[in-house]
Formats: sequence, C-alpha cells, structure tokens
Amino acid sequence: MFLQPASLSAAIDMLSQHQGRILAGGTDFFPALGALSETRPIIDISRVPELCAIGMEADLVRLGAGATWSEIVAAPLPTGFDALKAAAREIGSIQIQNRGTIGGNLCNASPAADSVPPLLALEARVEIASPSHRRELALGEFILGNRRTALEPGEILTAVLIPRRQAERFTSHFVKLGARRYLVISIAMIAVALERAPDGAIAKTHIAVGSCSAVAQRLPGIEKALLGARSVTDVAGAVTPGRLTSLTPIDDVRATADYRRDAAATLIRRAVQDCFVKSGEA
Amino acid sequence: MQDSAAIPFTLNGQKIAVAAPAERRLSNVLRDDLGLSGTKVGCDAGDCGACTVLLDGEAVCSCLMAVGQVSGRALTTIEGLPGKTPIAERLQQSFLNHGAAQCGICTPGMLVAATALLAENPNPSEKAVKDALGGVLCRCTGYRKIIAAVLDAGSRRDSASLPGAGRAVGARINRLDGQRKVDGTDIFGADGHEANALLLRAIRSPYHHARFALGNLDAYIRTHPGIHRIFTATDVPGENCFGVIGPFADQPVFAVNATRFKGETIAAVVGDPKVIEALDLRQFPVTWEELPAVLSLDAALADGAPQLHNARDGNVLVRGWVKRGEVEAALAGSDAVVEGIFETGFVEHAYIEPEAGIARRVGDRMEVQACTQAPYMDRDDVAKVLGLKPEDVRIIPTAVGGGFGSKLDLSVQPFIAVAAWHLKRPVRMVYTRPESIATTTKRHPGRMQVKIGASKDGHLTAIDFAGDFNTGAYASWGPTVANRVPVHASGPYYVPHYRAQARAIHTHAVPAGAFRGFGVPQATIAQEQLYDMLAEKLGIDKLDFRLINALRPDQPTVTGQILGAGTGIRACFEALKPHWDRAHRDAAAANATSSLMRRGVGVAGMWYGCGNTSLPNPSTIRLGLKPDGRLALHQGAVDIGQGSNTVITQLCADALGAPIDCFDLLSADTDITPDCGKTSASRQTFVTGKAATLAGEALRRQILRLANAGADAQLKFQGGRVAVEDRGIAHPIDLDTLPQDARGYVLSAEETFDPPTSPLDENGQGVPYALYGFGAHLVELAVDTELGTVELIKITTAHDVGRAVNPTLIEGQIEGGVAQGIGLALMEEFHPGKGENLHDYLIPTIGDVPPVESILIEDVSPVGPFGAKGIGEQALIPTAPAILNAIADATGVRITRVPATPDRIRAAIKEAAVR
Repeated sequence: MFLQPASLSAAIDMLSQHQGRILAGGTDFFPALGALSETRPIIDISRVPELCAIGMEADLVRLGAGATWSEIVAAPLPTGFDALKAAAREIGSIQIQNRGTIGGNLCNASPAADSVPPLLALEARVEIASPSHRRELALGEFILGNRRTALEPGEILTAVLIPRRQAERFTSHFVKLGARRYLVISIAMIAVALERAPDGAIAKTHIAVGSCSAVAQRLPGIEKALLGARSVTDVAGAVTPGRLTSLTPIDDVRATADYRRDAAATLIRRAVQDCFVKSGEA
Repeated sequence: MQDSAAIPFTLNGQKIAVAAPAERRLSNVLRDDLGLSGTKVGCDAGDCGACTVLLDGEAVCSCLMAVGQVSGRALTTIEGLPGKTPIAERLQQSFLNHGAAQCGICTPGMLVAATALLAENPNPSEKAVKDALGGVLCRCTGYRKIIAAVLDAGSRRDSASLPGAGRAVGARINRLDGQRKVDGTDIFGADGHEANALLLRAIRSPYHHARFALGNLDAYIRTHPGIHRIFTATDVPGENCFGVIGPFADQPVFAVNATRFKGETIAAVVGDPKVIEALDLRQFPVTWEELPAVLSLDAALADGAPQLHNARDGNVLVRGWVKRGEVEAALAGSDAVVEGIFETGFVEHAYIEPEAGIARRVGDRMEVQACTQAPYMDRDDVAKVLGLKPEDVRIIPTAVGGGFGSKLDLSVQPFIAVAAWHLKRPVRMVYTRPESIATTTKRHPGRMQVKIGASKDGHLTAIDFAGDFNTGAYASWGPTVANRVPVHASGPYYVPHYRAQARAIHTHAVPAGAFRGFGVPQATIAQEQLYDMLAEKLGIDKLDFRLINALRPDQPTVTGQILGAGTGIRACFEALKPHWDRAHRDAAAANATSSLMRRGVGVAGMWYGCGNTSLPNPSTIRLGLKPDGRLALHQGAVDIGQGSNTVITQLCADALGAPIDCFDLLSADTDITPDCGKTSASRQTFVTGKAATLAGEALRRQILRLANAGADAQLKFQGGRVAVEDRGIAHPIDLDTLPQDARGYVLSAEETFDPPTSPLDENGQGVPYALYGFGAHLVELAVDTELGTVELIKITTAHDVGRAVNPTLIEGQIEGGVAQGIGLALMEEFHPGKGENLHDYLIPTIGDVPPVESILIEDVSPVGPFGAKGIGEQALIPTAPAILNAIADATGVRITRVPATPDRIRAAIKEAAVR
C-alpha cells in the first residue's frame, strides 16, 4: 500500500491507522531496503505542504522536516546557519541533497549524520506530532543512540525549531573529514557557533562533534574554556585532550578510534580558530 | 492516490501514465516497465549516481525514489536529453571529442548531471563541475576528460572528420562505438532483455565456511506461486565445476554440502520476475552450520589450519619462481642493502556495472548474452557445465560496464545457462551491488618480504623477493599472479642477481583473481619504495638512481631475455626529469613557509609484459570485402571501454590502405568473430592489433594481385568497386563481377598472431613475453601532518607505448589507471564479509584525481603492430608506489601497508615523532 497524504493531519491519521512506514526523500529508506521489498504500507509525506516550509517566526526559525538540503542551502537564513548550510553541501551528492530531508536525516539517527552537529550548536529543538498530541524535544533528547530516536509509534517529526535571535548573532563554521572528496561518510565532523563581545572576546560559543560517539555531542568543557578568548592562540589553548574525554569513538572501516580522537582535537582547534577569525571579519 | 491507479507524469516531454506499484523504485520502472534502459543501476543506494535523472530539472537518483513520488511531475532521462536543452547535444559531442566516455556505463548519469549544471550555469568553473558531478562515480576515465568535456561543452566543436587512407594510426579519432555510449543506447549486461524472460536469484552462503542442508524445496515452491524451479548441484547437466585455468578449475556452480566463502552459491530460484524480485531469500529452506574459517595468510598457513582443497597441501595453490645469479653472495658484497615487508589488501574492481546477462536455449544450443572480457573462455566453460560441445554454445558479449580483470571469470553465466537449458525459456540475472562485491574476484592481498642491494655508485646488485598472495577460496587467476610476480619484481631495471618466489595461498575469502596487473602493482609497491630507500642510503637522487639502473636494450632481464629495440624505460625517466626538478623546487618553496602541510615529490617506474606468460595466446582477425565496397572487420577483442573496437580498426585500416569510414565493425560474438582471446594482460592492441594488421596486409595483397599492381599502389574504395592506382594508372576492380563466399565476401583474409615466447625453465629463465610496456609516474602531493590526509597536486606520467595508435584513448587509459592507483594507494580495501557497498568501499570520486599530464614515448617495438605496445595495466602500476614515495618525501615516514589512509599516515607520523 502506498499512501500520499496531502496534509499533515491526513499523514498523522494514515500513520496511526496503518502502522506504516514513512517515506520522504528516500535517500535512507531505499538503501536500507537493499534487495528486500517493503511489505508494510508506505506513507509518502513528501507532498505535505506544512512539512516542507522554511519559515522565520518572531523568535524561531522553523525548518519543516520535509525541507531538502538543497532548499535549506538556498534559503535566506541567519549567519548561525552557515555551518548547517556547509554541512548540507557535504551530504552525499547533489542528487542526495535534492531529495534528502532534514527530518529524515534526524530520524535515521546515524552517528555520522552531518546535520546533527550544526543543529546541536544552534540548540535546535524538534517538533513531533501524533493524533493525540504535539510535543517538542531538544535535539539532544530526540536522538538517543545509534539509529535510535525518541519517536514513538504513530508520531511524525514535523519540524526543526531553532532560536532565531541567537542564530542571528552567531558566526558559524563546519568542517568534515572523510577519506575522499565527495559522497563520503564522515570520519569526524565539527560545527562551531560563536558570538563575540564588543571588545572582541568570545562571549558565547557552542561546539558540537559528530562521528566520534554514538550520538553527536556538544563539548561544554571546551565551550566554557573558550569564553573570554581574544586571539587564535587563546583559542588553541582551550582545546585540550582533557576536555575531549566525553568522546567515545569506535574502530570501523573508515578509521581507528585513536585516530578519531586525535583528529577530532585538531579539527576542533582549527574549526574554532577559523570561526573566530571569520567572526572578526563580519 | 492509491497504489492501484496508473501514475501520471511527464516523461521526456510526453505525458504518460504508468501502471506500476507506486512503491517500486523509479529506476526499475524506467528500465523494466518503460524500456528506457539508458538509465543505469549501479548500486541501488545512491552511492554511484549512474541512475541520475532530472526531476523538474533537478538531478536525482532514480533508485532512491518510489515511482509514486513522480506523480504529476516532469522527468527527463538520458533518452530525452537532447530534446530537453540544446546544451545536451553539444555536451554529448564534447564527451565524444574528449574521450570522456570509455565503457559508457556512467556516461548517462554524467551527462544528465552535467546538463542540470549547465542549465543553471552555462560557464561553470572546474570546481562547479566537480561539485555537480561529485555524485556520479566513474571507474574508467579518471574523470579528467569528463571535466574537460563539460568545460568545453560550449565550444560547439563538431566531430573531427575521420582521417583518410593510411593516416589512421596516430590519429585522435573519436571512438567508433562512442555515439551509442553518449546517447544511452548501448546494450550492457542488464539491458535489452526479453519481456518473457524469467528471473534468477542466487541463494548464497552467509558464512565464510559452512556446512548446509537443503530443506523442503518442493514445499517452498508450492507456497510461492510464480517460482518455476529451484536449481542445485544435481541439476548441472555437465560438470559442476568451472575455472579460468583448465588444470586448476575448482569452483562449483552450486556448492555441494559445504561452502568455502561468504557469498558462495548453493542454489538458484527462478521464476516470474515480479515474484522472484519480491522474495525474501532469508526464508529459503536451508539450515547452516558455521565452520571454522581461515581468512588471513597467517591463519591459512598455520599448522593444523583447515585445508580448503584436498590436493593442495598447506593451502598452497601454486608457487612461482625465478632465479638468476648468486643472490646471497651478491647481497653480502653490496655496499648498501635495504629490506622491508610490504602489505596490500583485497581490492574490489568496483566497475559501475554489476554482472548481468541473459541465457536462451536455441534448439539444442545455448546462447549466453552477458558482460564478459573473455567470450571464448566463457563458451568453453559454459559448454563444460552444460555437457555440450563448445560449438553448441554461443557467447554474445554485451557492452561491458567496466571489467579490469574480474569479468574474465564467470559470474552469472553458469547459473542462467543451467536454468535456461532446463526451462527452455530465457533466464536473466542481474547481480546486486552487494552480491557483486561479495562474490566476484578481487585483487590479491600480498605480503612481500624484499631485500635489495646496490653498489656505492648506485648500481643494483641483487634482489631477494618472497611474496605470499591471498588467493581466496578458489584458484581463479591465482596461478597467473604467482607466476607473473616473480618475472616482474625487479621492475624495469638491470638486476644481475635475482631470486623471487611467490605463493598463492587459499583462504576462506572471496576468490582473488585478475585485477589490472596480476600482482605486479603489489610487487611494485615494495620494489619502488625500497629503491627510494636505497637511493637515500647512497645519497643519490632518486630519479638518477633509476636512470643509472634503467634496463638497456642489450642487458638481460631477470629471466635472461634481451629485449633489444623497444626498451623505452630510460626515455620515460628522462622525460620526467624536467618535471622532477620543477616539482622539487615548488615543494621546497612551499615547505619553507609551512610546517603542517608538507609537500612531497615521488617517482616510480614499471614494466609489464604484454600477453600470457610463456603460454600461447593467439588472436585471429577476419576481414571481408563486400560487393558494395565496404569492409567487414570481424573484431573479436571485447571492448570493455579501453577502445579496442577503435584501435584495432585503425591498425587494420592502415595495413590495408583503406579509410576508416569504409569499415563495418562486427564485434565480439563467438558465432561471428574468430577467437581474439581475452581482454586482459594488456594484449589486445598488441596481439589482436597485430592479427588485424596481418589481415589488412593479406587482403591488400589479394587486391593488388587482382590489379597486378605494385606494393605501394593506392586503393580507392568507391561504391561497388575498388580502384587500384599504381604509378598514375588506375586499375578498377568491379566487385560485383567477383564470386562471393559463404559470408557474402568477394575477398577475405583471416590471419592469426601468437606472440613469440618460450617456456620458462626450472629457474624461470626464458622469454615470457614478446614485448614489455614501460612507464614511470611522478606524483606531487601535500600531506596534512596533523590529520594524515593527502592532497594530490599533480601526476605526470611518461609511458613508452611503442606507437601511440590513438593518443586520446591512451591518455584515457593512463588517467583511468592513475585513478585506480590512487584508490589502491590511499583508500581502497575490501574486508571480506564487511562493507559490501560503495559507501563503505570507497573509490576515487571526481574530486580525488588531480590534473594528469601524460607524456607518450614511442620507442617502436619490432614485434608490435606499427610498433605498438599495450597500455591497460601499465597505466596503473607505478601510481601507488609513486604516491607512497611522495608521502615519504613529504613526511619522512614510510607507509608499508596500503591503503595509506589518514589514520595510518597519522599514526606513522606520531610514531616517528616519539622515536
């Protein structure tokens, strides 16, 4: 069964009625199927207008869960979103960016999901709907583990909500490390958002790292140490191994755990330095 | 919309409605239901981009969409491209002009993606081209000619006119089979199957080593209407055994009781395509008992290790051996000695076309239409499996979407042939990407222990080489690797004292077979790094060291062969010298200002014998003159993208003295073309090309005889006559007055060429090859020492090709070889049982191949056609060691285990820092 609801309420009803599987951009859906066929009902939400919109509200930027990476790249968004846009351009290929959606990337909950570090740095929240309720969760509470989310049966992720004012003050930056140039799953990736005080010192910064633990994570120790930093040298000094102990990388075909820990430190230092310099140019 | 309704959309400008299950992949609907097979399927996972189509003008992967999602939207495929935008036709022409399509399997995806780019941005930068095409993988071209073609698409350059008589050899003509590659109409293994064909899927071992018992197959068939039959070992009419080297053949079509590698086939399910496609094969009735498996060399060689084959003690399939002089004494007397252990992993061919084909029983004959590099070998093995005479099997090779050695071995052929034989209906099979990666042959992992000595003036004294190669569960080309490596492990240098032994070792891994170089690239990684270490120890410039030792025409090789004319290795190194000097200056300047990004320069040389090692490998070409004055060239060398259709025609045309446009090409088909051997061992330009020149010359002699003309007369092919012009006098020959033979030819010639070689004696001494190709690569790169990442800056190549029959095609071979060498050096390794897809197994993308400058040296071979030598394998061999040498130059660390991934490079740098 293949259902194409034209509205969010129809989608929610169909999901609870049929216990189907949600299909949006298909860029994770079909690879996961491989040579198997999906026997459960499929609910194609790619035509639900409410899910595709990108909108600015008074204090929020609302990214519909069905917004594609290409749409996000093309949208006029505050500077705090530069890291997310940079991540979007690194997701798979143009073909993937034209179909893959932000909601799908989060629901797929890969430890290597490129969008998660920039969204953590923006303190994104997710909006979830079911026939009985709507709820919001911080992104960090939504992704629970490798391929595991807080989504309950019958629920649909409807939007990603980002505090607008902070994002407008942030300068942001994203770096991704992979073993080739395009179409590559990250060995590690870093998102940095920061704001400088009138005197040039770092007043606020959020740093998130992905592919180095089951779920991408913020690095509060480094964030705290960076407050008041006034130079790239200060910035470099704040990134110490002791502040990276929360990372729990694994060995896989892409890299060893030791390497990931080592490379993450370098990438974080460079990303923060680059972001710091960029924020001075703004 | 519900799934039962027809799905309306606009396809290539036409409004259509397709009645298909809405959840079906769009790519499958386009190909199977709408017959638009120009859209290719390479992975079904968005990893390769071959299935790219335009959805409302945007590039998308059609394998990642349900056809229901296209409802009401506009779709453009390769078939609709020329009508969609005027730029598309120019783009196609530009691809032809630049040689941007080789095998052609990625070409539709490339063209569609490039059209989307040019529609938005008519004058893109190189970076924009890469960003737009980064999602389409190509395994043949090395991408550089694709970039050039897209950048040049605005130039509106028409196809260059074909050269006149006698001017084909050396001309950069567009490939003769190119048009159908750029318009998406070429028929590959999975294309053009009859609608009534049944589909076959294989049941495969989930374990590296296992015993199995089949369950109730009848019950399974009964409960799954649409399954016509299940085939197992007992259904094989002939021998349940195949293999590329007769005496070593050991692989069953269907395993009996036990399997020896993960993915080995035990049964095949055949039936109505929709039913077979939808089966969840995990439910197939079989019980498995996992058995202890040995996957590594050490495990397979250990005392008490499980033995894979009874007659092969200690899991040793075969040993190769070459010895010359007194190695120990020479090493003891050397002024400098270096040694090391070097290791390589399994490397996957990763052509973009997974194996596919269709078999038809025609009376009591069997026809197999599939992608292959070796039609006559396939014929003989399929006949053996079916218990037929070889003549009763016809192999019709399709266009091959990349081969590189793996499509020398059988894949789908025995399964579909057995099924079609019994069912008397066409049976088709298309490998999935995981199936292709898990079960087809790989490059042999090698572990090589090598010791090399030299005198203080830089002359090599001796090499002691011992290599073990993991050949996997079945023989495949293991014996060839074990024999070729000892012959080549000196490289193209004079080495007076030499001992090389190689062993092919069985493990419970997927069979390792032929992959561009038959083990020589692995050995070159060891040998060329040690030469650098030796030069360093002696304080001699690394290029000078190679020049000192480069084999001269009058010096014996390690098998005692004196090559004489056509020994062009010295010229290759000399051609690189100015680039070497410039590259070092650039690197030094860059390194003066940066300690984190370190530039390095590396060089490596290579040689490679063309054709079989000391074994016959003849090619036969038939050339017929038709009454209408056109020439029929029966050209049986399978063109797997390398260009044999074009190059062999060029050679034949000039030998005959006819213009290219008089030729009609009859490409490989065992009922139509004589045996031109296999497309491997860099032999087609040389061996088949030579047969084609002999056939051209023979036909020319016949024509001249009819006109009583002298040897230098000119031939003019005009309509139904040939005019022979000799010393100003024209002798017209009216062709319709001549009798026709059974094929309808008024004149014909058939000529065979078998390279002159001699058997090797017990010490490997003799003439293994009639000629060698030579070359050297120079790599410039930068290493990020904090991350261990490598940025390639430029690769300069010099190859002695004897005679460059078609320089554009040769450059294409070189650039493609370089790209595969980059993969071998930096990113590619297959771990049996893991990562059977193209996102865990990484091959270079368009962003990973730097500019490649190719210098073609023409040191004419006396035996090659018009002096030509092979280039297919030569092009890949020196890239990886040159990269590793450049990494060492940049960082001071030697990477002895490829691929040199960022984690390995970084670990080596850290280790060196604490030493």
